[in-house]
Amino acid sequence: MYNLKKTRQGYADALIELGAVIPNLVVLDADVAKATQTCDFQAIYPDRFFNCGVQEQNMLSVAAGMALEGFIPFASTFGVFATCRAGDQLRNSIAYPQANVKIGATHCGITTGGDGASHQANEDIAITRSFPNLTILVPGDYEEAKMVTKLAANHHGPVYLRFGRDAYPVIDEIHGPVVIGKAKILQDGNDITLISTGIMVSEVLQAGKNLHQKGISTRIIHMPSIKPLDEKAVISAARETKGIVTAEEHSIIGGLGEAVAGIASLHHPTFIERIGMRDVFGESGQAQELMDKFGLKATEIVNAALRILKR
Amino acid sequence: MAEISTEEIAQLARKSVEIRRNILTMVFEANSGHIGGSLGSADLLVALYYHLMVHDPKNPAWKKRDRFILSKGHCTPVIYAVLADCGYFPQEDLQTFRRPGSHLQGHPFQPKTPGIEASTGTLGLGISTAAGMALAAKLKKENQYYYVLCGDGEIQEGQVWEAAMFANKYKLDNLIAIVDRNYLQTDGNSEDIMPLDPLAPKWESFGWQVHSIDGHDYGQIVAAVNRAKKASQPVVIIANTIKGKGVSFMENKVEWHGMPPVKEEFDAAMKELDHV
Repeated sequence: MYNLKKTRQGYADALIELGAVIPNLVVLDADVAKATQTCDFQAIYPDRFFNCGVQEQNMLSVAAGMALEGFIPFASTFGVFATCRAGDQLRNSIAYPQANVKIGATHCGITTGGDGASHQANEDIAITRSFPNLTILVPGDYEEAKMVTKLAANHHGPVYLRFGRDAYPVIDEIHGPVVIGKAKILQDGNDITLISTGIMVSEVLQAGKNLHQKGISTRIIHMPSIKPLDEKAVISAARETKGIVTAEEHSIIGGLGEAVAGIASLHHPTFIERIGMRDVFGESGQAQELMDKFGLKATEIVNAALRILKR
Repeated sequence: MAEISTEEIAQLARKSVEIRRNILTMVFEANSGHIGGSLGSADLLVALYYHLMVHDPKNPAWKKRDRFILSKGHCTPVIYAVLADCGYFPQEDLQTFRRPGSHLQGHPFQPKTPGIEASTGTLGLGISTAAGMALAAKLKKENQYYYVLCGDGEIQEGQVWEAAMFANKYKLDNLIAIVDRNYLQTDGNSEDIMPLDPLAPKWESFGWQVHSIDGHDYGQIVAAVNRAKKASQPVVIIANTIKGKGVSFMENKVEWHGMPPVKEEFDAAMKELDHV
């Protein structure tokens, strides 16, 4: 069994490490520091932590102002607030002028759980993908969450970092370095390709095992870099396997699946099935109950792969 | 004790005529842009850039410069006219206003235009951005001032009051906001559209020091800013202005919020400014 750890804890732990080596790094939060876990940074670096209160819009523009003065602000809040409540500030204060601001968005996806649909960001990738200049990184586990946070700090320009609320499997296979614009090929294969982003990597790996038992050669790709996306990895998969299944803890509209489909349709059209939230809002429940209910489990990925292979 | 001499006031008044002529010319040539608020806030910007602010057009990135953030971003004609006149970029660039390829976008875009300190446009952003900059200056132990100009319609935005709370929390006494109080916004009189009065108590209750002045009176502008610099809290100057100021048929007329003049109107307006 996998060890379980929170991706938001990876964010918080990385910030503490970064705080020691980057003196102009500051952390902002909007009254959810205990949930984003930036309170850990606050405890060690109280002079570089700014709680903006329940003011996500103000926080993002304040962060842009601090970046203009040479600081590296990590603005932390839930994904719904960062992209929907403060969407204008994210667009006009940060993305458009390429402010050197990092958005640490936690509680993304259906596994946010009990808080229900209002707090489950299932459209944040779609929104942020459509903003020019933004780099979007979606880690698969705690270790990768630490990696993307450090990568963002050392990358000049706006970055959107997507974390979840729950504890997720720690997956050794994805622990190679994250490179912006590069996929991680976890397993080679030539019948079908499975592409994950974020915490769906564990479901995709499980699906790969199930398909292997059926004698199906499965290529498994993990994409922590959603924008820019590794186009070559997609084109190769489209050319060299019979189809692609994408898996994301996000709406099937505007996320990983459509990004992959957009590239494949231009270079090598193929059958693509998208696993994700099917244009519905979520609801309250335990993370795993909701993953089951909304079809985000390995069995759905296997069934999608089999459907493609039967065509 | 006069904080500005009669001769200096006369110089600023002459400068404001040049700036107003350039505002009209830019909007007429582009056939697009916001004249009313630009004319109305021209005296405020002239007082800031030609008398109050410490800045160096030859060195726009100079660390110790005072910063000016145009939160009412649609009034680019006035800031561009002032920046060009100060020498931040060539005067002829003004002819490219709102044209493809120009660095003079319809709303301020900081990465491209020398002298523009922050990208603004959708209303409410600038005061938060200025507050973030002012907080950063405090962390760096720098002593420059951060001026931000908001429209009165603009401060109907909730984000403005978020920023007002934030500036109070962090005691940003290096932040000086100016509200261009002309009582007119796109759809009509501010008190009909979404009442703001009584305005001063609103700011005071948010922890700001408030000075209400005539925004066309250089003596009052200078005195208010000098008082603001002595405060130990954020300061807002409510500058009562006349939208369209300087061109009689544009004054206090809501239509001139975002309408470019036709040739006859442009000629008539320029003729009026000739006789100032």
